[in-house]
Amino acid sequence: MTSKNTPLLEIRGLCVSADDLEILKGVDFTVNTGEVHAIMGPNGSGKSTLVSVLAGKPEYTVTAGTVRYQGQNLLSLEPEMRARMGVFLAFQYPLELPGVRAWQFLKAAVDALRQHRGEEDMSARDFDRMLREKVKLVDIDPDLVKRAVNEGFSGGEKKRNEILQMAIMEPKLALLDETDSGLDIDALRIVSEGVNRLKNPANATVLVTHYQRILDYIAPDHVHVLLDGRIVQSGGPSLAMELEAKGYEWIREAVEASG
Amino acid sequence: MTQTATKISNYEADYQAIREQRAASNPAWLTQLGDQAWTRFTELGFPTARRGNERWKYTNVAPIANASFGLSSDLVAGSDHESELRRAAPWDDEWINLVFLDGRFSKVLSNLNASDSGNGRILVNNLAEAINSGAANLEQLLAKHVKFQEDGFAALNTAFLGDGAFVQVPDGSVLQSPVNLIYLTSTSNQPTVCYPRTLVAVGKGAQATVIESYVGIKSGALNPEYFTNAVTEISLAEGAILDHYRVVSEAKQAFHVGTSRISQGHDSVFSSASFAIGATLARNDFEVLLDGPGASCNLNGLYLTADAQHMDNLISIDHAQPHTSSQLNYKGILDGKSRAVFGGQVLVRKDAQKVSAHQSDKNLLLSSQAEVDSKPSLLIYADDVQCGHGATAGHVDKDSLFYLRSRGLDADTASRMLVHAFAREVIETVKVEPLKQFLDELFLEAIPETGLKLGGAA
Repeated sequence: MTSKNTPLLEIRGLCVSADDLEILKGVDFTVNTGEVHAIMGPNGSGKSTLVSVLAGKPEYTVTAGTVRYQGQNLLSLEPEMRARMGVFLAFQYPLELPGVRAWQFLKAAVDALRQHRGEEDMSARDFDRMLREKVKLVDIDPDLVKRAVNEGFSGGEKKRNEILQMAIMEPKLALLDETDSGLDIDALRIVSEGVNRLKNPANATVLVTHYQRILDYIAPDHVHVLLDGRIVQSGGPSLAMELEAKGYEWIREAVEASG
Repeated sequence: MTQTATKISNYEADYQAIREQRAASNPAWLTQLGDQAWTRFTELGFPTARRGNERWKYTNVAPIANASFGLSSDLVAGSDHESELRRAAPWDDEWINLVFLDGRFSKVLSNLNASDSGNGRILVNNLAEAINSGAANLEQLLAKHVKFQEDGFAALNTAFLGDGAFVQVPDGSVLQSPVNLIYLTSTSNQPTVCYPRTLVAVGKGAQATVIESYVGIKSGALNPEYFTNAVTEISLAEGAILDHYRVVSEAKQAFHVGTSRISQGHDSVFSSASFAIGATLARNDFEVLLDGPGASCNLNGLYLTADAQHMDNLISIDHAQPHTSSQLNYKGILDGKSRAVFGGQVLVRKDAQKVSAHQSDKNLLLSSQAEVDSKPSLLIYADDVQCGHGATAGHVDKDSLFYLRSRGLDADTASRMLVHAFAREVIETVKVEPLKQFLDELFLEAIPETGLKLGGAA
């Protein structure tokens, strides 16, 4: 299905609205395997919308443009199908699911992936063994998986739990939606190390952030600036440093001057 | 009215027959009680007139009033039903298990050999036996808290009172094993009725766990309808602690009307959880009287309905004394064209200061045709109280659903997981582990596999 030259993700002219409000106004964006992309931008620029649409969040309407994932039309797929094909969204605000036991939820997720690949369900024992390994990666209290999903978790625990899910699902395309927000410096380091260890030449990471801080830990290959629903500038890691130093107003003025 | 009168005559022959049968062996007071109750029933009939009748406003009992239910004439075989029973009702060999088949105690199916049933102090028995052996305090306890003068169903049950469970925990005793009371209705060729009666008296500082289960044999779709008209009376003396569970898992063709009256003394603690599933029409009329300062009750409930089922919970709490507290938390899951009625009535009497009362009824609608009438109400006549109530009805939360789907779970699996989670909050309150497991499986099995209505909360 995928030739060597096909990008992992190819977005062309993507326009998205929610409640009749246009949020994305023509986004072009390409991700190849082995790459780490950072999408930066001020609040309300459309960063979360972009990754949510890629994961299939229902309340958005795509009004124009295409999204191809491994050469396939991603937008025509149900969210669960996207997940099974390797698209993973780490939520900015992971939900609390009282009464849904984390262990059962994670097992169901793994079973869904394996069934999609035509593999048998994992035995409970094998799953436990795998879970123990993955739990170490994000330095999470192993007892958390016995509880309800995210219920009563601290902000940092919720974010770590997202990375735990990512570690278990081993996605090809990881979309991290402001995973750094609300984390103290230790949690940020742990979460970043987890993401880095999951990186390999066959997958890719897109991280959305407001601040440059997380990029000290997860080094991006490409940095993009999203402003008012458009990617207005792309560059290397130095762009993030420049943004941090000069602020988003600088880029807004630069765009307006050139436009 | 004439129609109601005709239908009462259906019960008349049964009543006269049973009265005659028992007159020789029953004590005079009991025959007299039966006569009073029967007379009152003939005056009251069934509450089919709903206009102006708040207690029955949303529930139509005409299908019960118009049917011809008779006492089951089958002989109690018992052992034939053992495997059926194990499947249908909660059970543990370590418990004190009393089984009633079609309203009559079944020695074969019961298991009274648990550790502390036979120590001579704690009395767990069937009522027929207690009546026959002339249990001295029965006259003081029976029909003390249930006011059959006001209620046709309770009057009918009292008129036919012949068997049931009698659990007496003496002052200071701690009953380790749960007492499991199973009222099983078997299959019959004609529409049958039974009148389970449960009497529980927990003495001063005593502790116990009582499980009441009402189950029907579910095999065979062609079975005629049946009617379970149950009455439960529970009293907790000063400082008594009772964990109480009520499980209604009747067959589809069942009508179930349960009337429970609980009276609590000084500093007593009553924790109860009611579970209901199955039955064409089920009514849970549950009333707690907090009759001593410091008494508290915690009432949980979970009901699941489908098709055209009708589920009616009327839960009343009477704060008659100061420093009493109540917590009421009911949850419903409704599918198909089913309908649930929830009436929560909290009364705080004048001079009942420093009372706290909270009630909540939450409903999850799995279909656009399911309907709920939830009417929590507070009547407060004291001024220094902390009270609150709330009722909700909504669909499966769409954000939670997306979260699960984004991890690869298909929409049906994800919805089921969320519905199960909703139910689990109540199931988790069960302190008896085998019962908790039984209920978890019972409800999980009843959650529809597919076609759950998705979308935003209402």
